[in-house]
Amino acid sequence: MKPLLDVRNLSVVFETRAGDVHAVKDVSYTLQAGESLAVVGESGSGKSVSALSLLGLVPPPGVVTGGQLLFNNRDIRKLRDIQLRRLRGRQISMVFQDPMTSLNPVLTVGQQLIEALVWHKPAMKADARQRAIDTLELVGIPGAADRLLDYPHQFSGGQRQRIMIAMGIICRPSLLIADEPTTALDVTIQAQIVELVKRLQAKMRMAVIWITHDLALVAGIVDKVAVMYAGSIVEYGTVENIFDSPAHPYTSGLLQSMPDFSAPVRSRLKSIDGAPPDMKHIPRGCPFAPRCPRVVDKCRAQRPALETISSGAVVACWRADQS
Amino acid sequence: MTDTHTTRYRGNELSIWPQLRRHRLAVASIVVVSILSLACFAAPLIAPYEFDAIDLGSIRQPPSFEHWMGTDDLGRDLFTRVLFGGRISILIGILAALFGTALGTLIGAVGGFYGGRIDNVLMRFTDVAYSIPTLPLLIILSSYTQATGTSMALIIGLLSWMATARVVRGEVLSIKEMLYVEAARSLGASNLRIITRQVLPNALGPIVVGATLAVGYAIILESSLSFLGLGVQPPVPTWGNLLMDAQSTMASKPWLTIFPGVAILLVVLSVNFIGDGLQDALDPSARQR
Repeated sequence: MKPLLDVRNLSVVFETRAGDVHAVKDVSYTLQAGESLAVVGESGSGKSVSALSLLGLVPPPGVVTGGQLLFNNRDIRKLRDIQLRRLRGRQISMVFQDPMTSLNPVLTVGQQLIEALVWHKPAMKADARQRAIDTLELVGIPGAADRLLDYPHQFSGGQRQRIMIAMGIICRPSLLIADEPTTALDVTIQAQIVELVKRLQAKMRMAVIWITHDLALVAGIVDKVAVMYAGSIVEYGTVENIFDSPAHPYTSGLLQSMPDFSAPVRSRLKSIDGAPPDMKHIPRGCPFAPRCPRVVDKCRAQRPALETISSGAVVACWRADQS
Repeated sequence: MTDTHTTRYRGNELSIWPQLRRHRLAVASIVVVSILSLACFAAPLIAPYEFDAIDLGSIRQPPSFEHWMGTDDLGRDLFTRVLFGGRISILIGILAALFGTALGTLIGAVGGFYGGRIDNVLMRFTDVAYSIPTLPLLIILSSYTQATGTSMALIIGLLSWMATARVVRGEVLSIKEMLYVEAARSLGASNLRIITRQVLPNALGPIVVGATLAVGYAIILESSLSFLGLGVQPPVPTWGNLLMDAQSTMASKPWLTIFPGVAILLVVLSVNFIGDGLQDALDPSARQR
């Protein structure tokens, strides 16, 4: 089956005065219709930028310098502006991190929802109100019909994120990119939002890319995981691969740094020593080498390529098969 | 929890009236401007005489019961002429302010939103327009055009958009970085849609304040021009040319100067107070005072 999304060797460079920053380097993954992928990594690992490039929205001075972004067999990089605009929101939507500032404060929620729909489907103008109500109900806003006239500040943070999701799905896209949509929310609300997206995904047969730094949050709901470090994917596999037998030491580190509530009360939380590399001066060998507990001389000299290991996962580590 | 949405504020949530109401001077000014404008626009109904009815039997009369504001050199009733004059002066003020604000908003929004070279060119153009001395240019322009109400409004608008352009540009510069603009873009909005539906509604406050103040400025400009004889031509009265007619008799027949002068003063002052009130009402940091 042809994948819905086939990202091949995506590279994004930020051309700054202090030199080129390779924010995303040689990133590849595929996504079938209805499938979900988590892109996991620390801040600055390139996960958001790689997602923004799917919408042609890499902020300047960033430039997509290489690779193909095949969506339904069409390369997004080759689309003209107007084609990109038709793609955004209609076929690929994005939900952002901060629901408090993602909604326009001076327009009612109804106006914003209807706007997002009518941009793409002018013919639906007459039914737009009803569609807006249906979509708000779908994302779990009670009394949706009454609340169309309300302004964003009359909703709580969790409700606003639901409204953002409603704006994202009102045109029934086939891919939703969720860029850390729960980071700004309370823990209890986070789980609700994750559940909501999971439910919508099943209902609408929509593919979802979760961008997150929180492995635990998405563990139960995604099919595949791509772990990014310093702009590159270091491990990519099914969720079982990643959780049960992490092959890259960075993945293991991430898993170990998740709080374990079954552990004795005063046991220390493990963390990964060191800090991510300066993106302007990525070390010559493996970028994770300076922080790696299993580092050998080869790691510092030569960068490992992604290779398929016995479990079926793809890993960029010289010592992956010896774990 | 079923009654939550009946007790909440509804659509008028963003209304500025509660804030504006506390600004007493602004409220009083709204009343003054409303009464004056209503009277002027209803002039054909309420004026006791025709605005060009000459009565040589009663020229240069001081205020009396027949002629509340007295009569001029040709025995025309000044009250009538002030009412009719206000109609044109206020209309020119409003039209010029609308035109200037639209132009300034367009230039400021385009410059601020697109930035770079476009912004540079537009803002230097604004600087140039700012440094042209208004009155001499107006005098030249009016000598080439037929001075009708509309042409006056256009000319005055052309000379008063710069402040709005600068203010709007500044607003747009900060608004365009907001996340909801990025969100709209990610949902497929074009630049035009983003400017008109996302950015400008958020800059509406300063635009409205600027437009209000521009009305006062335009009325003053119109009066100055008419005073110089370059405005709307007699016998059609405007507040400016009423003043011009009165200049030779200012000392002996002061009412001919005082009434049109007070009319201009009242309207411009009120409009400026309303502008101040709006500014305070729209500025969240000023609300605490």
